[in-house]
Amino acid sequence: MKPNVIVIHAQDNVAIALEDIPEGGDVVMPGKRVFPAREKIPYSHKVACEDIPAGGVVRKYGEPIGRASALLPKGSWVHIHNLDTEEAGS
Amino acid sequence: MSAPTFHGYVRPDGTVGIRNHVVVIPTVACANGVADSIARALPGVTALVHGHGCGRALEAGMHQAALAGLGKNPNVAGAVVIGLGCETVNAQLVASEIGSTGKPVECLMIQNEGGSRRTTDKGIATAGRMLRDASSMVRTERPVSDIVLGLECGGSDAFSGVTANPALGLVSDWLVDAGGTVVLTESTEMIGTAHILSRRAATPDIGERITRIVDEAEKRTRDILGPLASLVIAPGNMDGGMSSIQEKSLGCICKAGSRRIRGVVDYGQRPAAKGLMIMDGPGYDMESMAGLAAAGCQLMIFTTGRGNPAGFPVVPVLKVCSTSRVYRAMEDDMDVNAGEVLEGRALEDVAGEIRTCAVGIMNGRPAKAEVNGQGGILCLYAFTPAF
Repeated sequence: MKPNVIVIHAQDNVAIALEDIPEGGDVVMPGKRVFPAREKIPYSHKVACEDIPAGGVVRKYGEPIGRASALLPKGSWVHIHNLDTEEAGS
Repeated sequence: MSAPTFHGYVRPDGTVGIRNHVVVIPTVACANGVADSIARALPGVTALVHGHGCGRALEAGMHQAALAGLGKNPNVAGAVVIGLGCETVNAQLVASEIGSTGKPVECLMIQNEGGSRRTTDKGIATAGRMLRDASSMVRTERPVSDIVLGLECGGSDAFSGVTANPALGLVSDWLVDAGGTVVLTESTEMIGTAHILSRRAATPDIGERITRIVDEAEKRTRDILGPLASLVIAPGNMDGGMSSIQEKSLGCICKAGSRRIRGVVDYGQRPAAKGLMIMDGPGYDMESMAGLAAAGCQLMIFTTGRGNPAGFPVVPVLKVCSTSRVYRAMEDDMDVNAGEVLEGRALEDVAGEIRTCAVGIMNGRPAKAEVNGQGGILCLYAFTPAF
């Protein structure tokens, strides 16, 4: 199965969707790890590729881009509705 | 593996060009016609026509330095400076600054030479001599540590920060590790990442300077755009899955790779040290490229998501597009397709292709923007209205 997400940095806990992934659809990571999308992940948007606890740092480019405003289980769509970007930390 | 090399033109000041241009530099827009006439009479001579040189006070020094910097660019073999005589920018000082490199330079003032026609005739004779001398110069093998690479992105899309910019980041790291210089600019596209960039600064002073230029860029953007600023810098209203300005900016700055930041320079200012540098400058591509060229970059690599075809006079611009869709639509303009990363190709592979393409261009192979004659006119950064 071809990966349908890309992970930019080895330390990232979100991946970027290369196509619209429907709710329940397979998220296929590079390296063939597969897990279901908990909700629709739009093209070019972020999906949690591990469980991120509430308040946990969300990493993209190997850098914090915000904190989870609630528990983000693996397969969650990560965007402004559940990402607190005001205190991304450094 | 032996240190990577290229074949370039060694200038009297020790810098190394990857092109061998004779340029005509008007110091004010009123001299553009003469500069252009000289260049049209001599194929192979490039006129750096622009719209500045007078009517502004705050930018006058910066423009004067930038015009001199363009003449000092290692890709330039010789320069004819055309002044009018009453402009703000001082043509004699531009010429003497270029002359400090030891390269041939001549300054002609239209008001002293007896008008446009006579200045043009004299300029043709002078530039023609420089062209003949330049044509006998030969390339010699040099280490890539002689290269100053300028980074640029324009017409970004959601995947610029996923494919093209991270691939370019690996190329930046490669050049820095080989002892070369990489210049990241576009301060507006660093908004939200000052704390990340300053953490990578080689000294606390450099870190503070980074924070200052990024803060100023944000303030300027808000001042200029007012309520429209949120279209550029507010989180939340960005399409393409970006959740914050910081995330968007991370996608821009990742083209500079991951090495320590060795210094910060002003617009058009030549870096004094090697390694990764930041140049303060606008996000507008054309003005940004002029600043990079004035800072002495011999090569620019320009990533684009929407498909920007622009090059620059005297400095080759290597185009990397972020998706295969744009590559297929604009293949004649795009040197490398980083969009293949989305189809499963490794980032390292694409970075290798950019590197090979860049070394080819250093050795004289034309970039597509050069083939297309996309040099355009010189756009210098201005931040106040003319008076």
